[in-house]
Amino acid sequence: MSTLTPNPAAREVLITLQVNGATVTRAVEPRTHLTDFLREDLGLTGSHVGCEHGVCGACTVRLDGAIVRGCLVLAVQADGARVETIEGVTASGEIADLQEAFVCRNALQCGFCTPGMLICAAELLEKKPQAGRDEIREFISGNYCRCTGYEAIVDAIETTAAGRRKG
Amino acid sequence: MKPAPFAYVRAQSVAEVFDHLEAHGDDARLLAGGQSLIATLALRLSAPALLVDINSLASLRFIERRGEAVVIGALTRYCDIENDPIVAQFVPLLAQAIPHIAHPAIRNRGTIGGSLAFADPAAELPACMVALEATLVVAGRAGERRIAADDFYQGMYATALGAGEMLVRIEIPAARANTRARLMEFSRRHGDYAIVGLAANGLLHPGGGFEELHLVFFGCGERPVRAAHAEALVLGAPGLPSHARLREAMAADLDPQSDLQAGPDTRRHLAAVLAGRALATMNRQ
Repeated sequence: MSTLTPNPAAREVLITLQVNGATVTRAVEPRTHLTDFLREDLGLTGSHVGCEHGVCGACTVRLDGAIVRGCLVLAVQADGARVETIEGVTASGEIADLQEAFVCRNALQCGFCTPGMLICAAELLEKKPQAGRDEIREFISGNYCRCTGYEAIVDAIETTAAGRRKG
Repeated sequence: MKPAPFAYVRAQSVAEVFDHLEAHGDDARLLAGGQSLIATLALRLSAPALLVDINSLASLRFIERRGEAVVIGALTRYCDIENDPIVAQFVPLLAQAIPHIAHPAIRNRGTIGGSLAFADPAAELPACMVALEATLVVAGRAGERRIAADDFYQGMYATALGAGEMLVRIEIPAARANTRARLMEFSRRHGDYAIVGLAANGLLHPGGGFEELHLVFFGCGERPVRAAHAEALVLGAPGLPSHARLREAMAADLDPQSDLQAGPDTRRHLAAVLAGRALATMNRQ
């Protein structure tokens, strides 16, 4: 059992995790959330810091294969875990069709919400390939977009789902 | 915002959790799914000196049928419950409740025990547990205590959990053939906390109407609120009560707060509307 130091902030913890397939080891303060760690320590700035209390969805990443809010997971909690960010899923090409559809349908304007929206939509496409517009809206209801009014985003996800069903 | 500094340990056993709680008392907080706690840290609404991460306690993550009960480990995540066939068949109220909780990315992480122990008066699960007459099992150095859900909730964010104790599992009576459940809520957007919500669970009488009924509201007071007058109204008459009668009952049952979303009268009205709709669909099922 560990003991508390007088200044716990000074006590960094060594973590080792997989990020986009690469193993990284870093010392982090316990209070650092996963998104700050990815952005500040690893330079992966595709995950965005919006509200920092779990409301906006801009920081959505995959942790051990499932989407989470990067701001509601501490970096120390990801010790031993597998993390995938928008950089990783872009490089692998697994959501190339979804990204193409976002461009074609004008499903972004400023782009701030887009990385989180794409990673969220990717889970929907995988888990509920038959989802209709209502289900799509419900699934992305935790990801805020202040530009598009969502209609174009729903169009893009629906288009991608239809494209994948055709094969 | 960024949280105030804290220390962090990942507990490898329940016994180790007790060690930390004993050593640090109120300065330590348990970190389960963290979907409320980490947000409150970021907003600096709380600033514990130590977080005890219990996510490695895999033995607390399970859903099982044991005799006439469904037993769920405290660390079971919403996403586990959402897709579980035992829950779908034997705890329909819970199955209906989960999709109302926040959003998929949060349901992948949040835990049933975290929600129940946090005791947010606007949350779905505490009300469900009261409606289901569930038993919350808490463990401490001295052993386990079994607490009825209705006794567990003592006020706003206040529970019967004692110093050094943690919630370890929940025992829920399994639904019978004539069990009917309905979870309904009014909220501005999907995933928001409810302005008013209702967890309704009951047994249909073979001859019509209900032989047992629990109507428990959330977002309507400092803790889950059982609407005893409304329940009596339904149980005491053959047909379903009118909206006006339900509205009268709500005046006696509910003393809701006023906030930016709605005042007490609006909440009582909405509660009566929800009760009417829930009862009508339960009676039809």
